[in-house]
Amino acid sequence: MAARSRVSSLLSRSFSASSPFLSRSQGRNLNNGSRIVRRFGTSSAAEEVISPSVQVSYTKLLIDGNFVDAASGKTFPTLDPRTGEVIAHVAEGDAEDINRAVKAARKAFDEGPWPKMTAYERSRVMLRFADLVEKHSEELAALESWDNGKTYEQALTAEIPMVARLFRYYAGWADKIHGLTVPADGNYHVQTLHEPIGVAGQIIPWNFPLLMFAWKVGPALACGNTIVLKTAEQTPLTAFYVGKLFLEAGLPPGVLNIVSGFGATAGASLASHMDVDKLAFTGSTDTGKVILGLAANSNLKPVTLELGGKSPFIVFEDADIDKAVELAHFALFFNQGQCCCAGSRTYVHEKVYDEFVEKAKARALKRVVGDPFKKGIEQGPQIDSKQFEKVMKYIRSGVESNATLECGGGQVGDKGYFIQPTVFSNVKDDMLIAQDEIFGPVQSILKFSDVDEVIKRANDTRYGLAAGVFTKSLDTANRVSRALKAGTVWVNCFDVFDAAIPFGGYKMSGNGREKGIYSLNNYLQVKAVVTPLNNPAWI
Amino acid sequence: MASRRVSSLLSRSLISSSSLFSLRGKDPLLNRGARRYSNLAASLEDTITPPVKVEHTQLLINGKFVDSASGKTFPTLDPRTGEVIAQVAEGDVEDVNRAVVAARKAFDQGPWPRMTAYERSKILFRFADLIEKHNDEIAALETWDNGKPYEQSANIEVPMLARVFRYYAGWADKIHGMTVPGDGSHHVQTLHEPIGVAGQIIPWNFPLLMLSWKLGPALACGNTVVLKTAEQTPLSALLVGRLLHEAGLPEGVVNIVSGFGPTAGAAIASHMDIDKVAFTGSTDVGKIILELASKSNLKAVTLELGGKSPFIVCEDADVDQAVEMAHFALFFNQGQCCCAGSRPFVQERVYDEFVEKAKARAINRAVGDPFKSGIEQGPQVDSEQFEKILKYIRHGVDSGATLQAGGDRHGSKGYYIQPTVFSDVKDDMLIAKDEIFGPVQTILKFKNLDEVIARANNSRYGLAAGVFTQNLDTANRLMRALRVGSVWINCFDVFDATIPFGGYKMSGIGREKGIYSLNNYLQVKAVVTSIKNPAWL
Repeated sequence: MAARSRVSSLLSRSFSASSPFLSRSQGRNLNNGSRIVRRFGTSSAAEEVISPSVQVSYTKLLIDGNFVDAASGKTFPTLDPRTGEVIAHVAEGDAEDINRAVKAARKAFDEGPWPKMTAYERSRVMLRFADLVEKHSEELAALESWDNGKTYEQALTAEIPMVARLFRYYAGWADKIHGLTVPADGNYHVQTLHEPIGVAGQIIPWNFPLLMFAWKVGPALACGNTIVLKTAEQTPLTAFYVGKLFLEAGLPPGVLNIVSGFGATAGASLASHMDVDKLAFTGSTDTGKVILGLAANSNLKPVTLELGGKSPFIVFEDADIDKAVELAHFALFFNQGQCCCAGSRTYVHEKVYDEFVEKAKARALKRVVGDPFKKGIEQGPQIDSKQFEKVMKYIRSGVESNATLECGGGQVGDKGYFIQPTVFSNVKDDMLIAQDEIFGPVQSILKFSDVDEVIKRANDTRYGLAAGVFTKSLDTANRVSRALKAGTVWVNCFDVFDAAIPFGGYKMSGNGREKGIYSLNNYLQVKAVVTPLNNPAWI
Repeated sequence: MASRRVSSLLSRSLISSSSLFSLRGKDPLLNRGARRYSNLAASLEDTITPPVKVEHTQLLINGKFVDSASGKTFPTLDPRTGEVIAQVAEGDVEDVNRAVVAARKAFDQGPWPRMTAYERSKILFRFADLIEKHNDEIAALETWDNGKPYEQSANIEVPMLARVFRYYAGWADKIHGMTVPGDGSHHVQTLHEPIGVAGQIIPWNFPLLMLSWKLGPALACGNTVVLKTAEQTPLSALLVGRLLHEAGLPEGVVNIVSGFGPTAGAAIASHMDIDKVAFTGSTDVGKIILELASKSNLKAVTLELGGKSPFIVCEDADVDQAVEMAHFALFFNQGQCCCAGSRPFVQERVYDEFVEKAKARAINRAVGDPFKSGIEQGPQVDSEQFEKILKYIRHGVDSGATLQAGGDRHGSKGYYIQPTVFSDVKDDMLIAKDEIFGPVQTILKFKNLDEVIARANNSRYGLAAGVFTQNLDTANRLMRALRVGSVWINCFDVFDATIPFGGYKMSGIGREKGIYSLNNYLQVKAVVTSIKNPAWL
């Protein structure tokens, strides 16, 4: 009981009073944890599957304002991660459907109303859409949980409200996109126009289907572009639903087209399409490389990539250990560990290492795993059997490479894709579990001795997405913030995802930034316009 | 006469007017310079000896001039004659590796990103002063290696080089991050950090200007650089590389490797320790560069590629001015400009008059030894370009376009080509679609604005456009409708340091010059800290 009320109150509190989407507890709640006695191993929640309180109304492609079958007539099943059973059969988009969608988007951009509307009118459509998202938040949250396996409380109290918040943020940008007038070296009047690019192709992942939708669709629409969006084959359902809401909000047909389907077919044809002017992708680094290669080999469309990570979470000896343990737990286990920015390399100073490991283990043991529709559940199933197997493989690799398995390590229950919250200590940098992105509930705790060393080790990765730094020292915080090659540094916090904060990677974690003012660049072309001046009053 | 006109125009445009390449309509001295290009052929016979010595032919790595690891060299040729100017060290993978090690060290441990921005700016200002001090020497080397008129190098390009570096020196201490409104109790800031080691690959048409567009923002933002010059024009970069070090640049911050694209260039684009690559060149090579980046470490890529830029002359334009600017837009720098106005669209009511005057202007163009005073056009850069252009000219004739002037080589040695004008060109002819990169003007006819917008945009390129009209509505409409990175209205090739330049569509990715160019060399890092008892949010 205590666990439930704590989790849900945390989520709702973090939403109303404090900032972030994902922000976790203040220190004062931590001791409540010891009262919670349900260990994941005893969880029986997976046994009785709760029926989601929502119907699947949309399973067809959204092209030019209509829901239509795939040109081939083919469908694919989308599965319930709690059981592996089919939720619905969804239209399977392929090259032909991408072509149809691009044609609609092209028309809506080249002739259609979208870029020719005033920015204020565009913002009104987006604001109305945000209102509709709020109105339908329970259905959306249920659908998101069902398709993805994330906890319903998380979807309802954190993610769906954040979707509305993001669209209001971008609605506000629509009429604030300014070009510049530019000082010339002579008698010229120079200005820059910040123009929409055209048709944007967007490929989103399955871990936060609607939030990733918002990060992509928001800036593209605010800047006046039209869109062909491909959803992940694991989670096609919610995007269709909000696509319908967008039409209701007054979005003209063809401005937002949604194609469900697979990467190798629909995704590849979007990335290599000659009439798509821009591509944004969120997913794995390996696929990101393929996407960029396809752009290079087709029409050189500019590409934004938000890719994998192996983010360090550094706990210095002067940190508030209880808080660090709780946030490190959250940084890794949140969303079943399926976060690109997961704090998946927990570096703890040697002086506090043993204490930290002990407490991290205790916290993981208390993590409540079960049916994500059940109240108080902290962790649902992994997304699908492929991810499940991959995570289990990494756990075996951790054991075989002689990391100490502090807890977890196995499946929870016997159906669906639930995995025990797993903690390894005595992890070394050269172990696979410390190098690869596991994307599951597996915490790897490493030990360090001094700042120079931990900076070097934290940066010794092909990734550079995010980092956590826990210290009370201002000098340490300032130094480490600059030294880490990562796109986001959270100091004494983690996973703060306000709309205004840019997010994106250094190195092979990606190119470009999403959210915040920086995200607009991804969807704007800069045009310099120069005219001569006769008898200028000033230059 | 012709000579005085050209040089006075060039120097005037530098002192009183803005732009690098601006010309004036009020000076339509079209017929006063009555020397036809064919009469100038005699000047080719005595090749003028350039007033400069070639001092640097080795690679510049870690602050030192060194031979290539292989010991190999390649000849760089004089486009006036095809003869060897000098043997230059040929950099390859091994040399790129050495250069990256030096740049990596200068970034990761060295002083450059750890200097204050003010100190970095002072080095760049001192470098600009040294460029001015060595103006004539640099200009002579640039002309010798490239074939462009010496007056253009000495009066426009090299001064512009100093101007661009002063512009970027001024940016060094004005790179601001932001503080960001949070949705809750967090203090949010963004740091705009240098990316690291930048690989830069520059072309041969404006060797030093392209060097300044690349090095300027990279250095201002605190990055270190491995720069590959074009194999046609390796010399001037090595000279200014020395000047950069004279100005106090620490060793390893800028490394210059001469060499070829498939070897040294590919090694840069696919290097795992290079954090960023910027390339200027052809669209086909740009695609390869991006692919190499995608297959290696996903380094961020800026591309400035080809173009087939429309130059639209509406019936209400000042036709004499439009003719002169259209001529300039195409023939400037021997037609070797990525943004050349290579598709002049002329409205039908003024088409015949325009063609007549464009032909007359082309015939008056002074072609000859670029070191000679008054010469407007030198040789093309090399035999490959020369042959390619002649092939396109034959193509134009074969496809039924009307050859109004030129059409052949000029003289009997080197790579000179007659200023060539085609009229009655149709959109589907190869000469109206491909980037010719030579002195070949192809004049097309149009009827109305809707039509010319559709035709102008019907290209895989989107680099630049010229619009000539006196009508404000027409100007405003075209300026938005054209899918290109630069629109010059009643002017062309205005290249101030502050004006962003880059392509839509397959003309490239990103912008160089201006405030926008800094993005190419900065990473954005969001830093979020929890705050207790904030006085405001």
